Amino acid sequence: MIISQQKLLPDILQSLDGSDVVVIIGCGTCATQCHAGGEEEVQDMKRELEGVGKAVPLSFVLESVCTTQKTKKELTKKSTFIEEADAILVMSCGVGVQTVAELTEKPVFPALDTLFIGSLRRVGHYEELCALCGQCILEYTGGICAINQCSKGLLNGPCGGSKQGKCEIIDDRDCGWYLIYERLKQRGKLYLMEMIHQPQDFSKGQHPQKITLGREMLKKK
Amino acid sequence: MTVGDPEGPKGRFRNKLREKDLIVTVELSPPKGTATEEILLHADLLREKVDAFNVTDNQRAIMRMSPLALSHLLKERGLEPILQLTCRDRNRLALQSELLSAYALGIENFCFMTGDHPLLGDHPTGKPVYDCDSVQLISLARGLERGEDFAGRKLSGVPSFVIGAVANPLAEPLEPQLIKLRKKVAAGIEFIQTQPIFDQEPLEKFLEMTSGLNVRFLIGITPLKSARMVEFMNHKILVKPIPMAVAERINKAKDPVREGITIAAELMAKIKSYVSGFHIMPIGLERELPELFEQAGI
Repeated sequence: MIISQQKLLPDILQSLDGSDVVVIIGCGTCATQCHAGGEEEVQDMKRELEGVGKAVPLSFVLESVCTTQKTKKELTKKSTFIEEADAILVMSCGVGVQTVAELTEKPVFPALDTLFIGSLRRVGHYEELCALCGQCILEYTGGICAINQCSKGLLNGPCGGSKQGKCEIIDDRDCGWYLIYERLKQRGKLYLMEMIHQPQDFSKGQHPQKITLGREMLKKK
Repeated sequence: MTVGDPEGPKGRFRNKLREKDLIVTVELSPPKGTATEEILLHADLLREKVDAFNVTDNQRAIMRMSPLALSHLLKERGLEPILQLTCRDRNRLALQSELLSAYALGIENFCFMTGDHPLLGDHPTGKPVYDCDSVQLISLARGLERGEDFAGRKLSGVPSFVIGAVANPLAEPLEPQLIKLRKKVAAGIEFIQTQPIFDQEPLEKFLEMTSGLNVRFLIGITPLKSARMVEFMNHKILVKPIPMAVAERINKAKDPVREGITIAAELMAKIKSYVSGFHIMPIGLERELPELFEQAGI
């Protein structure tokens, strides 16, 4: 999921300076899991804004703000409230904020910072696991991402800075290649580490990216 | 030197490497600034015993003059450089470009490494590159020797390099590092320069474990010069601490610099019969190196 974190309240208030009527939109998917933009956080934000004298005539949580068509429908339904607002505060990742921003002419403000793609380990613990490189080689690295877990994104093994399984940068960070080595060894697949990987094709990671599935792919569903 | 001619006259380092003579290399750091006089003076003093000088590349991620410039200045004085190139600061275009530029200036020896992360250096806010890793950089350079760049485009004028890399005999755990070392050899290195070692036993184990590899090992030597340096090395540089007996000798010595030279010379004398050579990292003791060589009998 996309891991996000709420901005500091003073920063949010500063961005809303001059906006007296604010609509708040939360997100029921990742931001909810991150305790950053779900029902509770939206209600808390409403109280905070009202506490400093703003009016919040409408606050709601969409199932996933990044689904453009659904979000468009919901915003249309609620257009009377939105028309009256000075600003919309979106409590989702950057994708959600942009989705809303392209659907309305009202000023849209982000309440969260979008941090990384990661996993929810247990309540309150999130860990980055994917670097979105567009060339997955997890089959060779025991299911541990070298690009993301190695601070240097090396593809052919640990650098000389790896010390007792820790990274040279931060003492308590595991060396990604040490983790890969241990995993492959445990599973009897250490031979995979002997393979030489060529430099990545960064043309595949060009931003912004777009993909369009063909009709056949869509029919399968 | 005739560019692209494998039969053309080659440097002292290349010849000794291939003839399997005992090799001595010494590490020099380019200045932080433009003052090269003292560094070149040190190199001049060591001219006779030293086969080639490694010129470091923003080592420990601390910004300095480019190793290309200092290598060129050495070359002008008839001294032979080994240009160190890290993957930290250059993408694949810049790396290839640097290799061709160096070769055009008569620099043929290279030592490739990943490079310390910018966060460890004096420009921690800089963007790390690591477009290639050290194994990939070796392949990249060997590709240029075949007359093609990484994109498969033909070169006009083809270089011929002597390529090495680094390894740490004291790494813990050692096995993942050995796997990477095997990849470096497979990608085409001729020599390895090791991190500094301070006793014989782990080195012998390492050499035994790597005996099947067709590569020459130049063993890293750093003379210790003070108790403070022992502390620093143990905390910041080394994976395994300096052996107690060695640290004790430095701590108790009236003249720790002399003692450090003697300790290093004793180790070199003991192992010189079964290693390919030495890679000295003098860290400020350049002027003491003639004494080190004399005591070590090389």
